[in-house]
Formats: sequence, structure tokens, C-alpha cells
Amino acid sequence: MKRLKINRDYLITYGIVIVFYVIMSILKGTNNLSSLFKGLLVPLCVYMIMAVSLNLTVGILGELSLGHAGFMCVGAFSSAFFSMIMKDSITNPIVRFIIAIIISAVVAAIFGILIGIPVLRLRGDYLAIVTLAFGEIIKNIINILYVGKDADGIHVSFKDAASLGMGEDGKIIINGAQGITGTPNDSTFTIGIILLIISLFIVLNFMSSRSGRAVMAIRDNRIAAESIGINISKYKLMAFAISASLAGMAGALYAHNLATLNALPKNFGYNMSIMILVYVVLGGIGNIRGSVIAAAILTVLPELLRGLSDYRMLIYSIVLIGMMLFNSSSKAEQWKAKFSPAKLIKKHKTVKEAE
Amino acid sequence: MKRFTSLMLAVVLGATLLAGCGGNSAGSGDTLKIGGIGPVTGGAAVYGNAVKNGAQIAVDEINAAGGINGVKIEYKFEDDEHDAEKAVNAYNTLKDWNMQILMGTVTSAPCVAVTEKTKEDNVFQLTPSGSSVPCTQYDNAFRICFSDPNQGIASAQYIGQNNVASKVAVIYDSSDVYSSGIYEKFAAEAPNQGIEIVAAEAFTADNKTDFTTQIQKAKDAGAELVFLPIYYQEATLILSQANTMGFAPIFFGCDGLDGILGVENFDTSLAEGVMLLTPFAADAKDDLTAKFVKTYQEKYGEVPNQFAADAYDAIYVIKAAAEKAGVKADMDASAICEAMKTAMTQISVDGLTGAGMTWTSDGEVNKAPKAVVIKDGVYVAL
Repeated sequence: MKRLKINRDYLITYGIVIVFYVIMSILKGTNNLSSLFKGLLVPLCVYMIMAVSLNLTVGILGELSLGHAGFMCVGAFSSAFFSMIMKDSITNPIVRFIIAIIISAVVAAIFGILIGIPVLRLRGDYLAIVTLAFGEIIKNIINILYVGKDADGIHVSFKDAASLGMGEDGKIIINGAQGITGTPNDSTFTIGIILLIISLFIVLNFMSSRSGRAVMAIRDNRIAAESIGINISKYKLMAFAISASLAGMAGALYAHNLATLNALPKNFGYNMSIMILVYVVLGGIGNIRGSVIAAAILTVLPELLRGLSDYRMLIYSIVLIGMMLFNSSSKAEQWKAKFSPAKLIKKHKTVKEAE
Repeated sequence: MKRFTSLMLAVVLGATLLAGCGGNSAGSGDTLKIGGIGPVTGGAAVYGNAVKNGAQIAVDEINAAGGINGVKIEYKFEDDEHDAEKAVNAYNTLKDWNMQILMGTVTSAPCVAVTEKTKEDNVFQLTPSGSSVPCTQYDNAFRICFSDPNQGIASAQYIGQNNVASKVAVIYDSSDVYSSGIYEKFAAEAPNQGIEIVAAEAFTADNKTDFTTQIQKAKDAGAELVFLPIYYQEATLILSQANTMGFAPIFFGCDGLDGILGVENFDTSLAEGVMLLTPFAADAKDDLTAKFVKTYQEKYGEVPNQFAADAYDAIYVIKAAAEKAGVKADMDASAICEAMKTAMTQISVDGLTGAGMTWTSDGEVNKAPKAVVIKDGVYVAL
């Protein structure tokens, strides 16, 4: 009985995503969607995936990560690097992009494990600060990384483009701070939505799996979990790596949506990490559906406020503060409990159960 | 279940509302719509605001004088926060507004992302200050400023040919496209001009307040000249820290140093003798510059920098090309683009940032680089 209810709650989440996709596709097909919204569809998917991914770390694992944009950065650069090299060899954009996404997920997961091993030994504030540092380290390393390709193979330098020592036919792929230019435009709304559904599927199923319950047990009471024989490091690392690989996928989607890819503080620095954390906090820590909706609202909001010109960012911040206050007030909690679609369906059952 | 259905319906309605009406790029008829994109909020807002204001002055002047081919200009500027993704959003917003010509974007990385979109939609694009090479990689994009490589090469040539110095240290921002772009080409051209680079010290955007290490290295290496292909905010710090350390070489910079005299709480006497290559000096005595600076000061209360001048020129270049191409207000963006990109290679414009500017079909401008030196607190042409 219990299991059925959980699944139904998940189905609503998938349902919302699919309904959103269908509506947007119909509007797009009938030419009723403004250019702005057409352009926003892929970024929406990127940030929704990021929100789902970070919610796994913050909500399910219960550790505050402030360096999540670092994993997105790793995924973005590894996938864009692959696409740039394979641009001429694999001409089918879908095949190339799928391989690029897989690469981004794998590379980001490896980074997640590498960073997770030292970081996850820490707790609370210490962990948050160290993840913040790792996020910045990744960004700064990318900024001094020069990679070029010529007939001899791939050249790497940490100094400048001139020291790559490339042949006549050499092409610089990652040019330090100038990043990668000319990434093929492979991201589409459909692929974005598929990735979002895959992320939701992974996270939601993880939550109700044996490993997921172990992770949540660690979150709720570390000592109790340890006492019943749960391998703390293993499960923490597992959740962290999954979270990182999802962020890597979002990065691949981001990289293939724009022709230029730079690791700036704005898109891969702590600003972005905090922004994603805002999505998660606004949507509800541990509430996957909420964070998806929050990510969508906060991505679209600044664009809808363009009409206010100079006051745009000011109003945006005020609206954000307002939403946070509203969302955390007890009245809003009651209102949400009353109108939540999941609750509406199973309301009477829960009431009975409670009694 | 009933409530659930109604909730879903509400979601659907909400989405439809958000989506708004569809856009098409046909002209509206009686005005020519020119869009601008640049950062007016965030760290690079100085440049975006300068471009926005500079272009506004040009638009007002042209409209007061009867417009382009008798057609008034409508001008709208959108914020991109110096972010590629936001720049594309800004571009799409302008597209929904039925923009016909794009004047932008201000900074390089967003410009490259937007160029990809203008190419796709075949919209004419003229960037006032997007200096990295790929900004104009397609035939629909042109620029007013020099490209980064050209600035690096021009700087090396100027230093070499005028025997300014032979031992040069470079302090540059490795996390910035503009700065590292100039440095690379400068370093490549330096040996040809008999310049020895004795120290090349980098800093990043995250660490740009203390330059004592870099200055010390330049000093120890015996540099006669320190080349600063950076923006003026950092340059003021370098100048005052070098002064404290008793290091007084010649400082040489590019157009990013323009604006250094306007920094608040900066002792301008420290900038004495600083040389820079810039196409625009606010205190030049010619009528055009004097008039522009006066109007700008009256309207916005500050001395315009080179970005404002680039934007002012950009609007006049658009006017010249549009007149040459016979652009009408009811033409759509794609038709305008086709006509304008041929016209661009045929016109010659005298502007604030250069006399007799001409363009090649790859989007680069031909104009003479001007070197100025700061003497008694003002820019003096060399």
C-alpha cells in the first residue's frame, strides 16, 4: 500500500514534466512561442537538472555542497572537448551528443569520487567550505588549461597557448580563459527533457532503493546508521558521485547550447553554485518536484522582468526574498499541504492512517 | 481527482500565458528598429552603460536630423549581465520586439554566442567593442574596435618602431579573454620588433587586488617598460603599488586603460607618463569629439570613455551603410542584412574613433591606431 502511494507521487512529478513538454512543443509547433521562450527552453532543462542533482546532495544526503557548479563545469568542458575533436569524425549530431553526454556524466562522476573521498570525511560547515574551494579550484584550473590538437596528437599546457608547440595544422581547442569556441549546437529541448526525466528517474528511484534508504538513514542519524552496520563512506560517496554525474550531464547540455564556453565566476563559479542552492531551498530541501519548479520559475523570472529595464535585478531580488519568506511561513505550509496535488489524491487515506 | 484536474488545467493556462504571442521578424513599417545588447548590471556594467548611452546620443542626433533615409530610428537596449546565456536571451527578447539591426554585443564572450544566433537568423550585426576574433567570424558581423590580435601586434610594433624600450614585462589577466588575447599576440610579435619579454606575470579575476608579486618580478627582471593589456581598475592598483615599491618604468597599455583618469580616489599624478593605444581621447580638440563629450556630460554627468565613442560611431556607421544600401523601414531583418553587408565594404566613415574608417568583408575595421600619453593629468596625442 505504502509503495503504491510513493509511486503515485512520483508519477505526478513525471506528469508535470511531460505536460510541460507537450504544451511547449505544441506552442512551438504552432509558432505561438516567443523567441525568448524558445531560447529559454534548453537553459530551463539545464537548471532543472542541476536542481534535481543538488537536491540529491543537500536534501537526501543532507550535506551542504557549495561547489556544485564545479561539476557542471567539468561536464561542460569534457563534453565540449569531445565534440570539438569528433566534429569531423562523427557527423550525426545525435550520436555525437549522446556520447558527449555519457562522457560528461562519467568524467563528472570521477571528479565527484575524487573530491568526495577527502570532502565527505568532513561534516557540516567544514564540508560546505571545502566544496566551495573545490568548485573554485576546478574553475581556475580550466582557466589556465590550454589544449590543442594537431597531427601528432593532443598537446596540453598550463602556461599559455604559445607553449603548446603545435604543428602547422594545429588547432587550439581549449584556449585558457577564452575557453572553447565553436561547440556544435546539439542541445535540443527534447534531449533536455529526456535528460531531465532520466535524472528524475535516477534520483527518485534511488530514494526508494535500499541504498537510498541507507543514505537517508545516515542523514537522519549518523550514529544510529553506523550502529546497524551501514558503511557510511560508501553510501555517502555513492550519492555524491551520482549527484556529480547528473550535474555533469547538465553541463553537457549547457555547453552544447551556446557557441562559446568560458569558465567565468558567473556561470561556473560560486555564484552559480549558490543560485542552484537557492532553487533547492526555495523548492524545498529534499523535495525533488519543488526544486524543479523553483528552478523553472527563477530562470524565467529575470527574463519576464526585462520590461522593468534598470530596476530588473533589484525587483528580482525583492521577489526572491518575498518568495523565500512566503515559502517558509507556516501559513504557506498549510496552504501547500491543502492544495498539493499529491496530497489531494491520497489525502483521506493519510488522514485515516494517522488516526 | 477533480481538484487534481483543475490544478493541471491551471498549470496549462499559466504556461500558455507565459508563452505569449509568437514573434516574426517583419518590419513594423514606419521606424527602423535597432537593438543593442550589453551588460548594464554586474561587474562589466561600466562598458554596457557607456555603449547604451553613447548610442542613445547618436540615435537622438540622427532622429533630430530626420533619420536614416527619412526613417526614424527606434532604439532598445537589453541587459546581458556579461553572460553568454543571458546575451542569447537578450537577443531573443529583441527578436520578439522585431529588431531589424543589432548593435552589439559589448563584451567578447557573449558576442560570440550571439553571433552564432544572428548568423542563423541572418541579422546584420555590428559590435562596437567585441574584440575577440570569433566575434566577426561570419559575414553578417562587423566591428568598430580593433580585434585583440591587432591591438597586441600594434602595441608591439609601436614600442619596437619608436624604440620606446627593449626589455618589457607584461602583467595580464589570464582569466580575461580580452587581456590574454592581446598578450598572446604581443608575445608572438615582440621578437620581430627586437623586444625581449623579461617577465610575463598573470593574475586572475579572483585575485586582482594585490599585485606586489608581479611588480616585484618585473622589477627584478630589469624591465624598462611594463605592458598592461588590462582594464583600468586593475591598472590603477598596479600604478599605486609600483609607486610604493619605488619602481618607475614606462607603463604602456591598450584601450582598456582608457578611463584611468576618471577613477575616484586615484591620484592621477601616478598615471603621469602612462602611454596607451586608444582610438579615442575625450579631450581631443576636434569639433566632433568636443560636441560628443559635451552632450554626454550634460546628459549623463560623466566623461565618456572609448566604449561610448565606439557605440556612437557604430550608430553612424549603421546609418551610412543603411543609406548606401537603401534600407527601408518595411524591409525584414534578413533583407536588410543582405543589403548592408555589401554596403559595409563600400563605405568610409569619419567618426570619433578614427577618420576614414573602412571595412573588409571579414568584418575587420581599417583605421590608424592612435597612441596617447598622459601629461599633466590629460591625454596628449603622440
